[in-house]
Amino acid sequence: MKITGAEALIKSLENENVEYIFGIPGGVLVDIHHHLCMSKKIKHILMRHEQVAAHAADGYARATGRVGVCMATSGPGATNLVTGIANAYMDSIPIVALTGQVKSPMIGTDAFQEADITGITLPVVKHSYLLKDPREIGRVIKEAFYIAGSGRPGPVLIDIPRDISLAEVDFKYPDSIDLPGYKPTVRGNPKQIKLAVKAIMASERPIVYAGGGVILSNAAKELTSLVRFLRVPVTTTLMGKGAFPETDDLSLGMLGMHGTAYANYAINESDLIIAIGARFDDRVTGNPEKFAVNAKVIHIDIDPAEIGKNVNVDVPIVGDAKQILSGLLVALKTEIKSSKHRPWGAWLTKVEAWKAKHPLFYKKDKVLRPQFIIEQIYALTKDTDHVITTGVGQNQMWAAQFYKTDTARDFLSSGGLGTMGYGMPAAIGAQFGRPKSLVVDIDGDGSFQMVSQDLATAAAHKLPIKICILNNMYLGMVRQWQELFYECRYAAVDLAPGMPDFVKLADAYGAKGIRVTKNEEVKPALEKAFKDPSTYVIEFCIDREECVFPMVAPGAEITDMMMEKPARRSR
Amino acid sequence: MKHIVSALVENKPGVLVRIAGLFSRRGFNIESLAVGPTEHPEISRMTIVVDVADQPLEQVTKQLHKLINVIKLSELRMDESVQRELVMIKIKAPAAKRAEIIEIADIFRANIVDVSRDMIVLEVTGTESKIDAIENLLIPYGIIEFARTGKIALARGSKETEQ
Ligand SMILES: Cc1ncc(C[n+]2csc(CCOP(=O)(O)OP(=O)(O)O)c2C)c(N)n1
Ligand SMILES: [Mg+2]
Repeated sequence: MKITGAEALIKSLENENVEYIFGIPGGVLVDIHHHLCMSKKIKHILMRHEQVAAHAADGYARATGRVGVCMATSGPGATNLVTGIANAYMDSIPIVALTGQVKSPMIGTDAFQEADITGITLPVVKHSYLLKDPREIGRVIKEAFYIAGSGRPGPVLIDIPRDISLAEVDFKYPDSIDLPGYKPTVRGNPKQIKLAVKAIMASERPIVYAGGGVILSNAAKELTSLVRFLRVPVTTTLMGKGAFPETDDLSLGMLGMHGTAYANYAINESDLIIAIGARFDDRVTGNPEKFAVNAKVIHIDIDPAEIGKNVNVDVPIVGDAKQILSGLLVALKTEIKSSKHRPWGAWLTKVEAWKAKHPLFYKKDKVLRPQFIIEQIYALTKDTDHVITTGVGQNQMWAAQFYKTDTARDFLSSGGLGTMGYGMPAAIGAQFGRPKSLVVDIDGDGSFQMVSQDLATAAAHKLPIKICILNNMYLGMVRQWQELFYECRYAAVDLAPGMPDFVKLADAYGAKGIRVTKNEEVKPALEKAFKDPSTYVIEFCIDREECVFPMVAPGAEITDMMMEKPARRSR
Repeated sequence: MKHIVSALVENKPGVLVRIAGLFSRRGFNIESLAVGPTEHPEISRMTIVVDVADQPLEQVTKQLHKLINVIKLSELRMDESVQRELVMIKIKAPAAKRAEIIEIADIFRANIVDVSRDMIVLEVTGTESKIDAIENLLIPYGIIEFARTGKIALARGSKETEQ
């Protein structure tokens, strides 16, 4: 039986068990929407901006581990997706982005709303397709979902010219995939695992450095077993939050530019770094020449291109973290027969001493400080199924420092691209994917204003997301740099002029809003909002000039940390 | 240092842009690039010559490997591979000079592929140095036009290029 390309597309997506498509329609998509609205399996969620659609697909993917889907029309719709696609690319998040395109014969003629979206997105996709033949639809969709979700995950874009949607085809969804150039290495080489065991046994000051790859490979359980068996300290990247419980004694929290002092001291003094699904980003290593100079490196990663990219590696193991970690544990267990074997006791004691001496701290006084707010959010959410999302800037770093994340897929933040505006869209996507979870966005006033129009989407679907705006009326992280390194000359960071009334804004969209100005109001306000089934905006009017500490100046050695504001402040 | 990267790629739209884009994004200039179908029509071979240090090239080849349409990839060492280029040279050839030019062509085993009253088109294949040599010899006669393919290369001996 012949069906149209549009119907074939929807059937293909149904075959991939797509639940939601986040998007905005347009001229070249009308045929697709005409059929999509009749699908019993897929729900289209109408957004108010395509960037938000892409971030929502990304948040859905991170929170659930499934492939997220977004869709936009040709031209401006497609270009509006780009930031969201780039964001997913930098953090290796599996999304499939569908874009409408002008009719094939018009491609290349600067037709109305034509944009070369496969060209524009080339550097920020894992792969992309421009459909040329309606008979390809099934194969391309199947490949796209497979490519997005396997190996090192990432975004895949499919550009669909309108004539392809309109054409008639004999449709059958393929049941196999033939990609001769795509065979990710999953199984770690046993020889390399042996070498890793040897390196671990020979080490005196080992540390585990875990990144987003552990979450992507669903390997948090394996990592936790391994670490608890070895009893070695663990630090994670921003993307790795949840890979190992941060409330565990062995956790050192996040490392790097705004990491804990003890994580930075520990990694720099280690003699063996066991890196898993992490890529030695410059926000982690600081000055790479002075980063952990005495350490050997075991690097476990599914992407061979990450090995040796930023630091030299002694024992590379290419493959899936989950499999490699369980293999490593088995191998180590035969090596360390007695469970009383604790060769790293002295090292742990040293690490404990750093922990005791340099804890994360903030001033506890009458002033409403963001760290206190996050501690309160933590206290009220830790025992429920929750997802935390963040904006970008100080709010994000405070959230990373003070929200102790114990479980994978529960802390979603824009790491590689650092995209302001990620928080609320990710919360929307996460809430759709995990309707029973309490989803809390810890956001900045600047970040939130980049996407605030999509309060409409949240309110329209009565999503019970809680948007906590840490309002310092500044582009705070930039202001912090100006305060610390540019003589307090605050240039282009003041958001006070034009600051909206967030409570009224929430109200305008049919959401609820509440403003908090004092410490004692924090808990009651949060309790009220968390109990309420509505979309809730909680504005916290925080100290305007609070800074994030510790801070490693860009390019400095990571143990060279500023712990508080310098005493002399010229203004 | 010069490196030859040889890639077997799926003959699909956009492959060339993806590969060339990776080089430019990592800040490399492609010195030459030759593409053509192989014995399997759905697969093409690309031979890319770049001038870079070893370390950053490794990063590019690893990234190239990740492209879905790249099936196999290898780096060919100059001394372990045979390389050829082809050039066509249109030279001024008035009757008085013609014999000399044909003599040079013979020495280099070049073919004369077009002749008219006052010009000759020569076709030469060979290594880079051979082609440079004939070019230098012909310059004094007046080169009107010059077209040179990029290098193509295969591993020496019985081993396949991509192993
Ligand atoms: C889209 C985008 N534009 C600009 C930046 C640069 N930037 C990084 S942090 C920041 C300030 C963020 O302000 P806000 O959301 O209020 O967070 P705060 O730091 O005040 O907590 C800016 C402008 C960015 N990361 N993303
Ligand atoms: Mg701010």
